[in-house]
Amino acid sequence: MASRQWFIRRRFGFGFRPRTWQGWLITAIAVGAAIGGFTGLRKSGGEILTVGVVGLYLAVGYSFGGMTKQLKTEALENSAGDLAVEYAVAKVTVPPEVYGSQTPREIAEAIVSRSGQFADTSEKDTMKDSVIVVEHLTKQFGSRVAFEDVSFNVRRGEVFGFLGPNGAGKTSTVRTLSTLVTPTSGTASVAGIAIDSGHDVEIRKRIAVMTEVPGLYLRLSVTENLAFFAGLYGFSDAQPRIDRALEAVNLSSRANDLCGGLSKGLRQRVGLARALLNDPEIIFLDEPTSGLDPVASLDVQNLIIGLRDKGVTVFLTTHRLDEAEKLCDRVAILNTTLRTVGRIDDLRQRMFQESILVSTVSPLIDPARLFSAIDSVTGWSNDDAGGYVITVSDVRVAAPAIARALVAAGADVLSLAEGHHSLEEVYLELVGAAGKVGTQ
Amino acid sequence: MIRKEFREYRRNRFIIYTMGTLPLIFTALPVITLFSISNSEDPTTVRTQVAITLLLLLVIPVVLPATIAAYSVIGERDQGTLEPLLTTPVTREEFLLGKSLAATIPTVGVAYVFFIVLVVAIRLGAASIVSHAVWQPSWFLAELLFAPLLAAWSVWVGTAISARSSDVRVAQQLGTLASLPALVLPLLMSLQVFKPTATTAVVIAVALAIIDVAAWRIVSKMFDRERLITGASAVTMRAEAGT
Repeated sequence: MASRQWFIRRRFGFGFRPRTWQGWLITAIAVGAAIGGFTGLRKSGGEILTVGVVGLYLAVGYSFGGMTKQLKTEALENSAGDLAVEYAVAKVTVPPEVYGSQTPREIAEAIVSRSGQFADTSEKDTMKDSVIVVEHLTKQFGSRVAFEDVSFNVRRGEVFGFLGPNGAGKTSTVRTLSTLVTPTSGTASVAGIAIDSGHDVEIRKRIAVMTEVPGLYLRLSVTENLAFFAGLYGFSDAQPRIDRALEAVNLSSRANDLCGGLSKGLRQRVGLARALLNDPEIIFLDEPTSGLDPVASLDVQNLIIGLRDKGVTVFLTTHRLDEAEKLCDRVAILNTTLRTVGRIDDLRQRMFQESILVSTVSPLIDPARLFSAIDSVTGWSNDDAGGYVITVSDVRVAAPAIARALVAAGADVLSLAEGHHSLEEVYLELVGAAGKVGTQ
Repeated sequence: MIRKEFREYRRNRFIIYTMGTLPLIFTALPVITLFSISNSEDPTTVRTQVAITLLLLLVIPVVLPATIAAYSVIGERDQGTLEPLLTTPVTREEFLLGKSLAATIPTVGVAYVFFIVLVVAIRLGAASIVSHAVWQPSWFLAELLFAPLLAAWSVWVGTAISARSSDVRVAQQLGTLASLPALVLPLLMSLQVFKPTATTAVVIAVALAIIDVAAWRIVSKMFDRERLITGASAVTMRAEAGT
């Protein structure tokens, strides 16, 4: 949590005002001295003292306000240095005892607690081609932390999935990156422009945001809604853009219908069409398939793939893990803090050991003895279907060995296949089955 | 922004009906009184009655836009259109100016139309003593100057309330109440507290113009997009977070 400053900069005018009891005490002393100086002493020495005290108050307020900010900046820079070398922390500084932990969740928790993030270490030169760069971003609403110390980057032209349970801070992150809200601390740049640099308008020209609620003017038609937003971007060729956007979302036939008469799913599509109007470099999609039927969802998914093929960067927040698994090049999982970020396959490999699934006609007589005799087998368990899940150190070595062992034991093997862990399993391991908000 | 607002007004007939009928309600009695005056009335009394009626017409640009302005920002938030709108390159000054002009222009139009219809009707149907008192350049100048200035004041007050309110109903009620102080001016003049001379009119018009421009700046600064979208004040949040 951020430290509380004694004084805080005034919103209007210049200078500071007290914010905590320390600030008020200093102010009271300064004001008391000023009053006493003018009423009591009435001498040049007293007046000098009064001026000196008031000046001291201003100097103390300014210096403490500035110092706290400076200290915080230094603290951030120091912590950034500890985590530097582009996400190499997870493999370099985590001590060996972490890898002795028994379950993937224990490993993940240990790494997260030490490094604050568990990032993809296999990707080089990610910063050069990044259109979104987030570093130690935090957002608080009063005493409630929406998200904390989040760092990641999004490469140009990729579909980046941003996952997390309800209340994890996904929408707050999107709002921060789209310059709707200002961050509490940390930095971020979108389309090469820092979000707190006063160039918000420039950022918004290059991005588009499809909010979870489409937010349409219900008394206006689809075309009128799109024409209004096209006008806000200052386009002179609004109609061709509107036509293209409607065609992309398959709504050309409903162009003149009032939005108030459309179903939720159709309004969602109008919202998506609106996001396509300005040919954005980066498009933020907040639950784009929410409320859509399977066919419409598929259309939207194909549209997202099409956008990626055109080089548009897609920042996708979704609850639908199957959709994320299908569409996303990389994902980040957020639960107030960032739990992980990386390619889905890499996450699976890091989170779970390789495994082989075996099913037999009848249960094995002594599976413990059978499997423990194989060098590359690290453990085994029964699965729900009556088969066996065998964790191995190397599938390519273990699979033939297991097959030979089973045949030698006279087992009637029905199937032997490499185990596959879904994104949902990764997600649940990191977030928890209940999807609790804010759990570390 | 203005075009979009006008489209919405047209599609919502109630707004148009209200704009058309409210002026009639405010000015019915004084207007009827004017038409009932005969040529034998005392000229001073006639001039006083004319002043009361024409100054009451200045109530129209104050009261008409109050609820529209009060709905302008909070209404967008309630219907979910504020957030998508704020993600576009439109600045808050442009947004507020567009909203305010969209409320001011039709209000001033209604006020002018009503004034013109009234003076023409008086010219054609009222006693000549009344017609002579009404058809003075000073009244035309006053209507021309004060209608937009008073309307702008009422709109900025309503927009300021709308930008800081959390509920549409509260905003509309407060907006109507807050626009009432602007009525003090024509009321004082109609009660002869001070005489409406040309000099007074120009001075007051200049003051109102300065106030209106300053109000735009102040309302722009009051527009806290973070608070409007999330419900929490950015200043308060930064203060509590210690930044």
